[in-house]
Amino acid sequence: MENLLSIVTFLPLIAAIILALFLRGEDAVAQRAAKWLALIATSATFVVSLGIWFQFDPANTGFQMVEDRAWLGGLRYKMGVDGISVLFVLLTTFLMPLVIAASWNVTTRVKEYMIAFLVLETLMIAVFCALDLILFYVVFEAGLIPMFLIIGIWGGKERIYAAFKFFLYTLLGSVLMLVAMIAMILDAGTTDIPTLLTHEFSSSTISVLGWQIVGGAQTLMFLAFFASFAVKMPMWPVHTWLPDAHVQAPTAGSVVLAAVLLKMGGYGFLRFSLPMFPVGSAVMADFVLWLSVIAIIYTSLVAMMQEDMKKLIAYSSVAHMGFVTMGIFAFNQQGLDGAIFQMLSHGFISGALFLIVGVIYDRMHTRDIDAYGGLVVRMPAYAAIFMLFTMANVGLPGTSGFVGEFLTLVGIFQANTWVAVFATTGVILSAGYALWLYRRVVFGDLIKESLKGIADMDAREKWIFAPLVVMTILLGVYPSLALDVIGPSVAALLQQIEPIVSAGGDAAAAAAGH
Amino acid sequence: METIILFAPLVGALISGFGWKLIGEKAAITTATVLLFLAAALSWVVFLGFDGETRIVPIMRWIESGGLSTDWAIRLDRLTTIMLIVVTTVSSLVHLYSHGYMDKDPQWKDGESYMPRFFAYLSFFTFAMLMLVTSDNLLQMFFGWEGVGVASYLLIGFYYRKPSANAAAIKAFIVNRVGDFGFALGIFGLFYMVESINLTEVFAAGHHLAEVKMAFLWLDISAIELLTFLLFVGAMGKSAQLFLHTWLPDAMEGPTPVSALIHAATMVTAGVFLVCRMSPLYEYAPGTLAFVTVIGACTAFVAATIGLVQNDIKRVIAYSTMSQLGYMFAAAGVGVYQAAMFHLFTHAFFKAMLFLGAGSVIHAMHHEQDMRNYGNLRKKIPITFWAMMIGTLAITGVGIPSVIAKLGHTPIGFAGFLSKDAIIESTYAAGSDVGQFAFVMLVLAAAMTAFYSWRLIFMTFYGTERGDHHTHEHAHESPWTMTVPLIVLAVGSVFAGMIWYSDFFGDHVAEFFGPSVYTNHDTNHVLHDAHSVPAWVIWAPFVAMLLGFVVSWLFYIARPGIPGALAAQFEPVHRFLLKKWYFDEIYDFLFVNPAKWLGRFLWKKGDGAVIDGTINGIAMGIVPFFTRLAGRAQSGFVFHYAMAMVIGIVVLVSWMMISGGAH
Repeated sequence: MENLLSIVTFLPLIAAIILALFLRGEDAVAQRAAKWLALIATSATFVVSLGIWFQFDPANTGFQMVEDRAWLGGLRYKMGVDGISVLFVLLTTFLMPLVIAASWNVTTRVKEYMIAFLVLETLMIAVFCALDLILFYVVFEAGLIPMFLIIGIWGGKERIYAAFKFFLYTLLGSVLMLVAMIAMILDAGTTDIPTLLTHEFSSSTISVLGWQIVGGAQTLMFLAFFASFAVKMPMWPVHTWLPDAHVQAPTAGSVVLAAVLLKMGGYGFLRFSLPMFPVGSAVMADFVLWLSVIAIIYTSLVAMMQEDMKKLIAYSSVAHMGFVTMGIFAFNQQGLDGAIFQMLSHGFISGALFLIVGVIYDRMHTRDIDAYGGLVVRMPAYAAIFMLFTMANVGLPGTSGFVGEFLTLVGIFQANTWVAVFATTGVILSAGYALWLYRRVVFGDLIKESLKGIADMDAREKWIFAPLVVMTILLGVYPSLALDVIGPSVAALLQQIEPIVSAGGDAAAAAAGH
Repeated sequence: METIILFAPLVGALISGFGWKLIGEKAAITTATVLLFLAAALSWVVFLGFDGETRIVPIMRWIESGGLSTDWAIRLDRLTTIMLIVVTTVSSLVHLYSHGYMDKDPQWKDGESYMPRFFAYLSFFTFAMLMLVTSDNLLQMFFGWEGVGVASYLLIGFYYRKPSANAAAIKAFIVNRVGDFGFALGIFGLFYMVESINLTEVFAAGHHLAEVKMAFLWLDISAIELLTFLLFVGAMGKSAQLFLHTWLPDAMEGPTPVSALIHAATMVTAGVFLVCRMSPLYEYAPGTLAFVTVIGACTAFVAATIGLVQNDIKRVIAYSTMSQLGYMFAAAGVGVYQAAMFHLFTHAFFKAMLFLGAGSVIHAMHHEQDMRNYGNLRKKIPITFWAMMIGTLAITGVGIPSVIAKLGHTPIGFAGFLSKDAIIESTYAAGSDVGQFAFVMLVLAAAMTAFYSWRLIFMTFYGTERGDHHTHEHAHESPWTMTVPLIVLAVGSVFAGMIWYSDFFGDHVAEFFGPSVYTNHDTNHVLHDAHSVPAWVIWAPFVAMLLGFVVSWLFYIARPGIPGALAAQFEPVHRFLLKKWYFDEIYDFLFVNPAKWLGRFLWKKGDGAVIDGTINGIAMGIVPFFTRLAGRAQSGFVFHYAMAMVIGIVVLVSWMMISGGAH
């Protein structure tokens, strides 16, 4: 199939349009129809997307399944995937049916809810496939809108504040990126990403208002993109929107946010920052590495003291994303492989953890850790699944969480032992907050009156977790499944930037010496 | 066959953990037990039939990234086979024992199903431990290393209603993670220097690593010293060596069979195994080895002092375990890995038996663990009494000093006598300062070991009945499922030392271990010299042991008033020991509380006041504006904003098209 990527991208959108045009009424029948249509559409999307998996040739490090058409007024609609992006597409299509199934109990404005998620899926897939700069920018920004609505309409009490905080943080970051993009287009004369990947942007030192800027235009562009991606990741210190957004978002929104939307930052570094601005990346690498380390330690400590389950997991997400940026800016195979793997694995694990909070939130309507305790007595299946993902979250070998953490740390140790040592303390701290959370919620005797009648997970809930359990263990035991796909493209990327990175690093060192 | 040994416990764990609803509790736990006995039987076949040839059985690919390539695989050599029989034998006996011990556990309410879960954890632990000892690369070892940590966490916290059990479980996991922090850095460093973490390549690099330096933090340091040190930090955590030991006594919150299997015979010896396994590196790292010796000797000594005054029967044995692990490290530290493995091997028998015996006492006494409420139990639980007696004779090292009589070349005595004296003689033979230090500490520890071990026997089985009268009346011998493992282990505790002396320490040691343990013969002659130490060195531990026994007898049989008077007289010392040298309090003060304070501070002040304050105050001043605006709005209002954004994007794109950004 030649249009496979487009089919996968637009299937959810078509379903959304059908819902919008043909479904009328707010009664139970209409709600059921909306849910089933969304579930079927996302499942079909996943099944079709498996075609990408089978068609994809890992040995080919260029873009595959490329489609290139004219679009609005001279712009190009260009799609394609390589080893860096293809698994994110699959991660998205894999998770969406689960997200829809997890929303089965939504009762307000069901049709609009499903439309928002379906549109969001289309935009997320498009972000990972877009090979045109403007197309990328449009879908990257447009993705904010459905998420903004999901938080703003179906969220908790403080949803308006959280939605705006989410929107403005990410949008303000993007504005700088837009400026850089315009500069790029003017410089290179094209919006074609594969062409831009081979374009060499100027890196001679320039002077702005008496400031010497090492790496020149590349450093400036890097910083502009960094502003956007760092907020998305999110990196310390621009992470504070995330806990608020997570806490207020409905369960399904949190899952998508943590599992897919956060990955766009990491993906952006790999797609744009490293290959297009290698000198800028090298100049700024130490800065990013230290931000990563601060994120790992700082947010782990903060996570430990949280009283709200979702906030705790949100902070833990920031810490885990710290490993990702650290791996990326290690500039070596293990670091980059590990970063990509960590993002995929975090997609499954954090998604599962937010679903886990959702299960008891649906029952008790509170996320306060203090409101729980002793759940294992009445919810053994829940306790078992929670335990598995707690262990995956702390990076237990045999789960996917370990592989990413391990590889990024192996990578960074070769680049900077200081960063490696500080980051490795993260494995101690993560055990602290994760196990303490588990103990307070699940262990202990069940003495709270309100919990005496709580029911264990039903069949629907168990089926939602089953695929996540399988993926977490499968990728932990046989990570080659993903690493074989990632490896060659990463190697090609490194081969391209390695000489420049080391030279750029020298330039930075030389400048620092002066 | 090795693959069956490895995976039988995993299958057992899965059947017991997930299949019990289908096949019933009894069938599930019996299956797990049978599979474990199968693994044990096959392990003995492998051990006895092992031909000395190192074999590698690949199973599956694991993590591969660039130059890093690791497989799931089994490395079969002498060290592996020793660990195989230790792990599977003790584990299968503990499985059997648990059928009796865990039956009708009063911690649980009627109708609660806990047995399958318990057996699933035990079997899973065994699987993880086997992964650890059979691994062919450091990463699989790390898998097993953390896997046993999780199993230990789950089993310590098995009685999840008890807050103390939950706290102990978390403590065990986190303190172990501190050790794993070092272990992990060691692995990263090895990959950095050797470009591989497979044992074969790593071993081959030992000599090279000794000659190069590596940059680490601000240091420019000998690669081999640094890497072996980092790995040893991992070993310290797992094997509860001084400074990372605080979790082990608390781990006694777990059911007693767990203490026997994990916290005595197998998991805690993983650190010793690690050092022996990595002997091709440690042999080139004299600095680290000296550190290992000192830590081992100090641990043996400190743990023994604390053991003197504990009243909980399990805690006494826990400190005794910690102390014996110190012996093993001291031996490894002076380069006699064979003696370390010998003691690991014999210790597994008698320490598992002491714990299971203690469990039998606890079972008889309705889960009373305080020895002050025991007394005069030897008639009521005779099998347990004799088993404990044999265990005590073994751990205190009762035997005939080899200067008096030998059986051929083998000294005569209980298992612990042969292995412990082998260690003490080795430390003396090392000739170095740290060796001398270790020798003194270990002999002192031997005296204390004898004292607290006999104290346990006297307080439990002799004297008068103390505590609840009713409990004493109903004290009864345990069922056969519990006594049979005791008897089997008792046989091992008597004979294991004498049977395998020549293999582990005597004439056949070279061909027995083959290439699995590396000795750098240019610098290390300790094993050889240990066989020709002066007679007084051989007498020293024997005299120490006798002394401990006599004092103990005096204190607890002949003059029972003395201990109380002494404790009152030297109250500060007594409290210092009772409080375990205040390690817990110091760590809380230094690490736990500051971490909590810092976490709260960063959250409230860092995230709240500084970051949000700054960003909201300057760049995001519009947020409150918007929220006020939307404060009374219906959610439908949100659509309007969304529409505004869509328009915004459309305008942007249009502008870009017009401005000619695109071609």
